[in-house]
Amino acid sequence: MNGAQDLGGQMGFGPVAPERDEPLFHAAWEKRALALTLAAGAMGHWSIDESRHARESLHPVDYLSSSYYEIWTKALEALLLRHGFVAREELASGQASVAPTMPRRVLAAAMVPAALARGGPTQRDKAGAPRFAVGDRVRTILIHPQGHTRLPRYARGKSGVIELRHGAHVFPDSNAHGGGESPDWLYTVRFEARELWGREADPHSAVSIDAWESYLVAEPT
Amino acid sequence: MEARVKALETILVDKGLVDPAALDAIIDTYETKIGPRNGARVVAKAWADPAYAARLKADATAAIAELGFTGRQGEHMVAVFNDAETHHLVVCTLCSCYPWSVLGLPPVWYKSAPYRSRAVLDPRGVLAEFGLVLDPAVQVRIWDSTAEIRYLVIPQRPAGTEGWSEEALADLVTRDAMIGTGVALVPDSLRAGVALP
Repeated sequence: MNGAQDLGGQMGFGPVAPERDEPLFHAAWEKRALALTLAAGAMGHWSIDESRHARESLHPVDYLSSSYYEIWTKALEALLLRHGFVAREELASGQASVAPTMPRRVLAAAMVPAALARGGPTQRDKAGAPRFAVGDRVRTILIHPQGHTRLPRYARGKSGVIELRHGAHVFPDSNAHGGGESPDWLYTVRFEARELWGREADPHSAVSIDAWESYLVAEPT
Repeated sequence: MEARVKALETILVDKGLVDPAALDAIIDTYETKIGPRNGARVVAKAWADPAYAARLKADATAAIAELGFTGRQGEHMVAVFNDAETHHLVVCTLCSCYPWSVLGLPPVWYKSAPYRSRAVLDPRGVLAEFGLVLDPAVQVRIWDSTAEIRYLVIPQRPAGTEGWSEEALADLVTRDAMIGTGVALVPDSLRAGVALP
Protein backbone atom coordinates (compact mmCIF):
# COMPACT_ATOMS: atom_id res chain seq x y z
CA MET A 1 0.00 0.00 0.00
CA ASN A 2 1.11 3.55 -0.64
CA GLY A 3 1.29 4.31 3.07
CA ALA A 4 3.45 6.64 5.09
CA GLN A 5 5.94 3.82 5.57
CA ASP A 6 7.05 3.97 1.92
CA LEU A 7 9.59 6.73 2.53
CA GLY A 8 12.21 6.25 -0.19
CA GLY A 9 12.65 9.48 -2.13
CA GLN A 10 10.30 11.60 -0.02
CA MET A 11 11.52 15.04 1.02
CA GLY A 12 11.19 17.55 3.82
CA PHE A 13 12.14 15.48 6.87
CA GLY A 14 15.35 17.41 7.44
CA PRO A 15 18.84 16.11 8.12
CA VAL A 16 19.65 12.77 9.69
CA ALA A 17 20.41 13.39 13.35
CA PRO A 18 22.65 10.65 14.75
CA GLU A 19 22.70 10.80 18.52
CA ARG A 20 26.05 10.76 20.27
CA ASP A 21 26.39 7.78 22.63
CA GLU A 22 22.85 6.72 21.85
CA PRO A 23 21.32 4.47 24.52
CA LEU A 24 19.83 1.16 23.37
CA PHE A 25 16.45 2.28 24.73
CA HIS A 26 15.23 5.80 25.47
CA ALA A 27 12.65 4.80 28.11
CA ALA A 28 11.85 1.71 30.14
CA TRP A 29 8.57 1.18 28.26
CA GLU A 30 10.46 0.76 24.97
CA LYS A 31 12.07 -2.41 26.30
CA ARG A 32 8.69 -3.81 27.27
CA ALA A 33 7.19 -2.83 23.89
CA LEU A 34 9.97 -4.68 22.06
CA ALA A 35 9.64 -7.77 24.24
CA LEU A 36 5.83 -7.81 24.12
CA THR A 37 5.92 -7.58 20.32
CA LEU A 38 8.31 -10.53 20.06
CA ALA A 39 6.56 -12.64 22.71
CA ALA A 40 3.10 -12.02 21.24
CA GLY A 41 4.42 -12.79 17.76
CA ALA A 42 5.74 -16.10 19.13
CA MET A 43 2.13 -17.16 19.88
CA GLY A 44 2.14 -18.02 16.18
CA HIS A 45 -1.07 -16.34 15.04
CA TRP A 46 0.36 -13.75 12.67
CA SER A 47 3.40 -13.47 10.44
CA ILE A 48 6.05 -10.76 10.30
CA ASP A 49 4.36 -9.68 7.07
CA GLU A 50 1.03 -9.17 8.81
CA SER A 51 2.88 -7.25 11.57
CA ARG A 52 4.50 -4.95 9.04
CA HIS A 53 1.17 -4.37 7.36
CA ALA A 54 -0.42 -3.50 10.71
CA ARG A 55 2.31 -0.87 11.24
CA GLU A 56 1.99 0.66 7.81
CA SER A 57 -1.81 0.70 8.14
CA LEU A 58 -1.59 3.38 10.83
CA HIS A 59 -2.94 6.71 9.63
CA PRO A 60 -0.05 8.53 7.91
CA VAL A 61 -0.19 11.38 10.41
CA ASP A 62 -0.02 8.88 13.27
CA TYR A 63 2.78 6.88 11.61
CA LEU A 64 4.97 9.91 10.94
CA SER A 65 4.47 11.47 14.36
CA SER A 66 5.11 8.25 16.31
CA SER A 67 8.45 6.88 17.46
CA TYR A 68 9.30 3.42 16.20
CA TYR A 69 8.34 1.64 19.42
CA GLU A 70 5.10 3.64 19.49
CA ILE A 71 4.36 2.33 15.99
CA TRP A 72 5.12 -1.21 17.17
CA THR A 73 2.86 -0.85 20.20
CA LYS A 74 -0.08 0.53 18.24
CA ALA A 75 0.27 -2.22 15.63
CA LEU A 76 0.53 -4.88 18.35
CA GLU A 77 -2.74 -3.69 19.86
CA ALA A 78 -4.36 -3.88 16.42
CA LEU A 79 -3.08 -7.44 15.88
CA LEU A 80 -4.24 -8.60 19.32
CA LEU A 81 -7.69 -7.12 18.68
CA ARG A 82 -7.94 -8.61 15.18
CA HIS A 83 -7.04 -12.08 16.39
CA GLY A 84 -9.33 -11.93 19.42
CA PHE A 85 -6.67 -12.01 22.14
CA VAL A 86 -7.74 -8.71 23.71
CA ALA A 87 -10.96 -6.73 23.67
CA ARG A 88 -11.35 -2.99 23.20
CA GLU A 89 -12.73 -2.59 26.71
CA GLU A 90 -9.62 -4.25 28.08
CA LEU A 91 -7.33 -1.81 26.29
CA ALA A 92 -9.52 1.04 27.55
CA SER A 93 -9.55 -0.13 31.17
CA GLY A 94 -6.05 -1.60 31.31
CA GLN A 95 -7.51 -4.71 32.96
CA ALA A 96 -8.12 -8.22 31.68
CA SER A 97 -11.90 -8.71 31.77
CA VAL A 98 -12.73 -11.06 28.90
CA ALA A 99 -12.09 -14.79 29.07
CA PRO A 100 -8.80 -15.51 27.28
CA THR A 101 -8.53 -17.23 23.93
CA MET A 102 -5.70 -19.69 24.25
CA PRO A 103 -2.89 -19.25 21.72
CA ARG A 104 -1.07 -22.00 19.86
CA ARG A 105 2.02 -21.36 21.96
CA VAL A 106 3.16 -19.27 24.88
CA LEU A 107 6.86 -18.36 24.76
CA ALA A 108 8.41 -19.57 28.02
CA ALA A 109 11.51 -17.85 29.34
CA ALA A 110 13.52 -21.03 28.91
CA MET A 111 12.64 -21.09 25.21
CA VAL A 112 13.78 -17.53 24.49
CA PRO A 113 17.46 -18.19 23.64
CA ALA A 114 16.60 -20.99 21.21
CA ALA A 115 13.71 -19.06 19.67
CA LEU A 116 15.84 -15.97 19.02
CA ALA A 117 18.77 -18.06 17.77
CA ARG A 118 16.46 -19.80 15.31
CA GLY A 119 14.56 -16.71 14.14
CA GLY A 120 12.12 -17.09 11.31
CA PRO A 121 13.83 -18.20 8.11
CA THR A 122 11.74 -17.39 5.04
CA GLN A 123 13.49 -19.50 2.42
CA ARG A 124 11.32 -22.35 1.14
CA ASP A 125 11.63 -25.25 -1.27
CA LYS A 126 10.03 -24.59 -4.62
CA ALA A 127 9.76 -26.82 -7.65
CA GLY A 128 11.14 -25.63 -10.94
CA ALA A 129 13.80 -23.02 -11.56
CA PRO A 130 13.94 -19.25 -11.30
CA ARG A 131 13.14 -17.49 -14.54
CA PHE A 132 15.97 -14.95 -14.41
CA ALA A 133 19.73 -15.31 -14.18
CA VAL A 134 22.32 -12.95 -12.74
CA GLY A 135 22.97 -10.25 -15.32
CA ASP A 136 19.52 -10.40 -16.90
CA ARG A 137 17.82 -7.07 -17.52
CA VAL A 138 14.36 -6.84 -15.97
CA ARG A 139 11.69 -4.23 -15.35
CA THR A 140 9.65 -3.95 -12.19
CA ILE A 141 5.91 -3.91 -12.59
CA LEU A 142 3.87 -0.78 -11.95
CA ILE A 143 1.36 -1.53 -9.22
CA HIS A 144 -0.51 0.36 -6.53
CA PRO A 145 -1.99 -2.44 -4.42
CA GLN A 146 -4.39 -1.66 -1.58
CA GLY A 147 -2.70 -4.36 0.49
CA HIS A 148 0.84 -5.11 1.62
CA THR A 149 3.71 -5.05 -0.84
CA ARG A 150 7.48 -4.85 -0.54
CA LEU A 151 7.92 -3.14 -3.90
CA PRO A 152 8.59 0.49 -2.96
CA ARG A 153 7.05 3.24 -5.07
CA TYR A 154 10.39 4.67 -6.17
CA ALA A 155 11.33 1.35 -7.78
CA ARG A 156 8.10 0.56 -9.65
CA GLY A 157 8.19 0.46 -13.44
CA LYS A 158 12.00 0.75 -13.46
CA SER A 159 14.63 -1.07 -15.48
CA GLY A 160 17.38 -2.89 -13.61
CA VAL A 161 19.73 -5.85 -13.65
CA ILE A 162 19.58 -9.06 -11.62
CA GLU A 163 22.55 -8.96 -9.26
CA LEU A 164 21.88 -11.84 -6.83
CA ARG A 165 19.54 -14.81 -6.61
CA HIS A 166 18.33 -15.95 -3.19
CA GLY A 167 16.20 -19.02 -3.87
CA ALA A 168 12.47 -19.01 -3.12
CA HIS A 169 11.12 -17.03 -0.16
CA VAL A 170 7.75 -16.46 1.49
CA PHE A 171 5.82 -13.88 -0.56
CA PRO A 172 4.76 -11.05 1.77
CA ASP A 173 2.04 -9.65 -0.52
CA SER A 174 0.15 -12.92 0.00
CA ASN A 175 1.28 -13.92 3.47
CA ALA A 176 0.40 -10.57 5.09
CA HIS A 177 -3.26 -11.17 4.29
CA GLY A 178 -3.63 -14.81 5.25
CA GLY A 179 -3.18 -15.91 1.65
CA GLY A 180 -0.49 -18.42 2.50
CA GLU A 181 3.26 -18.29 2.10
CA SER A 182 3.15 -18.73 -1.70
CA PRO A 183 6.96 -18.95 -2.00
CA ASP A 184 8.36 -17.08 -4.98
CA TRP A 185 11.87 -16.68 -6.38
CA LEU A 186 13.70 -13.76 -4.80
CA TYR A 187 16.37 -11.60 -6.43
CA THR A 188 18.45 -8.54 -5.71
CA VAL A 189 17.83 -6.10 -8.56
CA ARG A 190 20.19 -3.21 -9.13
CA PHE A 191 19.09 0.10 -10.65
CA GLU A 192 21.30 2.98 -11.70
CA ALA A 193 20.43 6.15 -9.75
CA ARG A 194 19.63 7.89 -13.06
CA GLU A 195 17.00 5.26 -13.88
CA LEU A 196 15.28 5.90 -10.56
CA TRP A 197 15.71 9.65 -10.14
CA GLY A 198 16.35 11.10 -13.59
CA ARG A 199 19.24 12.47 -15.57
CA GLU A 200 20.36 14.89 -12.87
CA ALA A 201 21.12 12.01 -10.52
CA ASP A 202 24.62 10.96 -9.52
CA PRO A 203 26.16 8.84 -12.31
CA HIS A 204 28.23 6.99 -9.70
CA SER A 205 25.36 5.74 -7.59
CA ALA A 206 23.18 2.65 -7.80
CA VAL A 207 20.39 1.30 -5.59
CA SER A 208 19.16 -2.26 -5.23
CA ILE A 209 15.97 -3.72 -3.85
CA ASP A 210 15.15 -7.34 -3.12
CA ALA A 211 12.32 -8.28 -5.46
CA TRP A 212 10.21 -11.40 -5.86
CA GLU A 213 9.85 -12.80 -9.36
CA SER A 214 6.22 -11.71 -9.62
CA TYR A 215 7.41 -8.10 -9.31
CA LEU A 216 9.56 -8.52 -12.44
CA VAL A 217 9.15 -8.84 -16.19
CA ALA A 218 11.87 -9.53 -18.74
CA GLU A 219 13.26 -6.41 -20.38
CA PRO A 220 14.47 -6.65 -23.97
CA THR A 221 18.19 -5.90 -24.12
CA MET B 1 3.15 5.43 26.28
CA GLU B 2 4.52 4.28 29.63
CA ALA B 3 0.99 3.63 30.96
CA ARG B 4 -0.28 2.21 27.67
CA VAL B 5 2.48 -0.37 27.39
CA LYS B 6 2.22 -1.22 31.09
CA ALA B 7 -1.53 -1.82 30.67
CA LEU B 8 -0.95 -4.01 27.63
CA GLU B 9 1.61 -6.09 29.51
CA THR B 10 -0.75 -6.45 32.48
CA ILE B 11 -3.58 -7.66 30.28
CA LEU B 12 -1.44 -10.15 28.34
CA VAL B 13 0.21 -11.55 31.48
CA ASP B 14 -3.10 -11.83 33.34
CA LYS B 15 -4.59 -13.71 30.40
CA GLY B 16 -1.65 -16.11 30.30
CA LEU B 17 -0.61 -15.05 26.80
CA VAL B 18 2.90 -13.91 27.65
CA ASP B 19 5.35 -15.00 30.33
CA PRO B 20 6.86 -11.96 32.06
CA ALA B 21 10.12 -13.86 32.57
CA ALA B 22 10.28 -14.39 28.80
CA LEU B 23 9.98 -10.62 28.32
CA ASP B 24 12.93 -10.12 30.68
CA ALA B 25 14.93 -12.76 28.81
CA ILE B 26 14.27 -11.07 25.45
CA ILE B 27 15.37 -7.69 26.80
CA ASP B 28 18.47 -9.20 28.41
CA THR B 29 19.44 -10.82 25.12
CA TYR B 30 19.51 -7.52 23.25
CA GLU B 31 20.99 -5.54 26.14
CA THR B 32 23.84 -7.88 26.95
CA LYS B 33 24.34 -10.61 24.34
CA ILE B 34 23.63 -9.34 20.83
CA GLY B 35 25.14 -6.10 19.56
CA PRO B 36 27.62 -4.58 17.12
CA ARG B 37 30.57 -6.34 18.76
CA ASN B 38 29.26 -9.48 17.04
CA GLY B 39 29.55 -7.83 13.64
CA ALA B 40 32.95 -6.36 14.49
CA ARG B 41 34.24 -9.89 15.15
CA VAL B 42 32.99 -10.97 11.72
CA VAL B 43 34.71 -8.03 10.03
CA ALA B 44 37.96 -8.49 11.93
CA LYS B 45 38.07 -12.17 11.04
CA ALA B 46 37.41 -11.34 7.39
CA TRP B 47 40.30 -8.87 7.44
CA ALA B 48 42.69 -11.26 9.15
CA ASP B 49 41.75 -14.51 7.41
CA PRO B 50 41.41 -14.49 3.60
CA ALA B 51 39.83 -17.95 3.61
CA TYR B 52 37.14 -16.70 6.00
CA ALA B 53 36.59 -13.61 3.84
CA ALA B 54 36.04 -15.89 0.85
CA ARG B 55 33.49 -17.96 2.78
CA LEU B 56 31.78 -14.76 3.94
CA LYS B 57 31.52 -13.58 0.34
CA ALA B 58 30.18 -16.93 -0.86
CA ASP B 59 27.68 -17.66 1.95
CA ALA B 60 27.51 -15.00 4.63
CA THR B 61 24.80 -16.77 6.65
CA ALA B 62 27.01 -19.85 7.09
CA ALA B 63 30.22 -17.90 7.65
CA ILE B 64 28.61 -15.72 10.32
CA ALA B 65 27.08 -18.81 11.95
CA GLU B 66 30.63 -20.18 12.34
CA LEU B 67 31.10 -17.49 15.00
CA GLY B 68 27.82 -18.43 16.65
CA PHE B 69 25.74 -15.52 15.36
CA THR B 70 22.42 -16.73 13.99
CA GLY B 71 18.73 -16.14 14.23
CA ARG B 72 16.19 -13.41 14.31
CA GLN B 73 16.73 -10.68 11.71
CA GLY B 74 19.88 -12.43 10.52
CA GLU B 75 18.36 -15.57 9.05
CA HIS B 76 19.56 -14.77 5.50
CA MET B 77 22.75 -12.71 5.40
CA VAL B 78 24.74 -11.11 2.59
CA ALA B 79 28.10 -9.40 3.20
CA VAL B 80 29.07 -6.55 0.89
CA PHE B 81 32.71 -5.50 0.76
CA ASN B 82 33.85 -1.91 0.41
CA ASP B 83 36.90 -1.27 -1.73
CA ALA B 84 38.65 1.66 -3.39
CA GLU B 85 35.96 1.89 -6.09
CA THR B 86 32.73 1.14 -4.21
CA HIS B 87 31.18 2.24 -0.92
CA HIS B 88 28.14 0.27 0.29
CA LEU B 89 25.27 1.73 2.32
CA VAL B 90 22.36 -0.21 3.86
CA VAL B 91 18.83 1.10 4.44
CA CYS B 92 15.29 -0.15 4.83
CA THR B 93 13.04 2.44 3.21
CA LEU B 94 9.83 0.50 4.03
CA CYS B 95 10.36 -0.22 7.74
CA SER B 96 13.42 -0.87 9.88
CA CYS B 97 14.98 -4.11 8.60
CA TYR B 98 18.45 -4.42 10.12
CA PRO B 99 20.82 -7.34 10.77
CA TRP B 100 20.06 -7.84 14.46
CA SER B 101 22.17 -10.99 14.81
CA VAL B 102 25.37 -9.07 14.06
CA LEU B 103 24.51 -5.43 14.92
CA GLY B 104 21.83 -5.72 17.61
CA LEU B 105 18.88 -3.36 17.63
CA PRO B 106 18.99 -0.45 15.18
CA PRO B 107 19.65 3.12 16.33
CA VAL B 108 16.79 5.62 16.18
CA TRP B 109 18.24 7.46 13.18
CA TYR B 110 18.27 4.26 11.10
CA LYS B 111 14.49 3.90 11.64
CA SER B 112 13.80 7.60 11.13
CA ALA B 113 12.13 9.32 8.19
CA PRO B 114 15.14 11.52 7.34
CA TYR B 115 17.42 8.51 6.83
CA ARG B 116 14.90 6.21 5.16
CA SER B 117 13.71 8.89 2.73
CA ARG B 118 17.10 10.20 1.65
CA ALA B 119 19.53 7.27 1.77
CA VAL B 120 18.29 6.17 -1.66
CA LEU B 121 17.83 9.62 -3.22
CA ASP B 122 20.74 11.60 -1.78
CA PRO B 123 23.20 9.11 -0.31
CA ARG B 124 26.19 11.45 -0.48
CA GLY B 125 24.22 14.13 1.36
CA VAL B 126 23.31 11.63 4.06
CA LEU B 127 26.92 10.43 4.36
CA ALA B 128 28.08 14.04 4.70
CA GLU B 129 25.77 14.38 7.71
CA PHE B 130 27.79 11.56 9.28
CA GLY B 131 30.99 13.42 8.43
CA LEU B 132 31.85 11.07 5.59
CA VAL B 133 32.70 12.75 2.28
CA LEU B 134 33.58 10.32 -0.50
CA ASP B 135 35.52 11.03 -3.66
CA PRO B 136 32.89 11.74 -6.36
CA ALA B 137 34.40 8.95 -8.47
CA VAL B 138 33.69 6.36 -5.78
CA GLN B 139 30.51 4.47 -6.59
CA VAL B 140 27.88 4.66 -3.83
CA ARG B 141 25.94 1.40 -3.76
CA ILE B 142 22.76 1.44 -1.67
CA TRP B 143 21.08 -1.78 -0.53
CA ASP B 144 17.39 -1.30 0.30
CA SER B 145 16.40 -4.24 2.53
CA THR B 146 12.95 -4.93 1.09
CA ALA B 147 12.88 -8.70 1.82
CA GLU B 148 14.32 -10.90 4.60
CA ILE B 149 17.88 -10.65 3.30
CA ARG B 150 20.00 -8.68 5.74
CA TYR B 151 23.14 -6.85 4.63
CA LEU B 152 26.41 -6.40 6.52
CA VAL B 153 28.95 -3.92 5.12
CA ILE B 154 32.57 -5.06 5.41
CA PRO B 155 34.51 -1.80 5.62
CA GLN B 156 37.99 -1.42 4.17
CA ARG B 157 40.78 -2.43 6.49
CA PRO B 158 42.78 0.60 7.64
CA ALA B 159 46.29 0.73 6.22
CA GLY B 160 49.08 0.04 8.65
CA THR B 161 47.26 -2.65 10.61
CA GLU B 162 49.14 -5.58 9.12
CA GLY B 163 49.77 -8.29 11.64
CA TRP B 164 47.22 -7.01 14.16
CA SER B 165 45.24 -9.57 16.13
CA GLU B 166 41.54 -10.06 15.40
CA GLU B 167 40.77 -8.61 18.83
CA ALA B 168 42.71 -5.42 18.09
CA LEU B 169 41.19 -5.15 14.61
CA ALA B 170 37.65 -5.55 15.99
CA ASP B 171 38.15 -2.41 18.08
CA LEU B 172 38.45 -0.42 14.85
CA VAL B 173 35.08 -1.60 13.52
CA THR B 174 32.20 0.69 14.43
CA ARG B 175 28.52 -0.04 14.05
CA ASP B 176 28.20 2.77 11.51
CA ALA B 177 31.06 1.30 9.43
CA MET B 178 29.00 -1.90 9.13
CA ILE B 179 25.90 0.04 8.00
CA GLY B 180 27.97 2.14 5.61
CA THR B 181 27.43 5.51 7.27
CA GLY B 182 31.00 5.40 8.51
CA VAL B 183 34.37 3.81 7.85
CA ALA B 184 36.64 1.82 10.12
CA LEU B 185 38.54 3.81 12.73
CA VAL B 186 42.12 4.76 12.06
CA PRO B 187 44.09 4.37 15.28
CA ASP B 188 45.61 7.60 16.58
CA SER B 189 49.04 6.05 16.40
CA LEU B 190 48.58 5.51 12.67
CA ARG B 191 46.88 8.83 12.04
CA ALA B 192 49.83 10.64 13.59
CA GLY B 193 52.24 8.63 11.50
CA VAL B 194 53.87 7.14 14.57
CA ALA B 195 55.39 3.72 14.12
CA LEU B 196 53.68 1.00 16.09
CA PRO B 197 55.59 -0.73 18.85
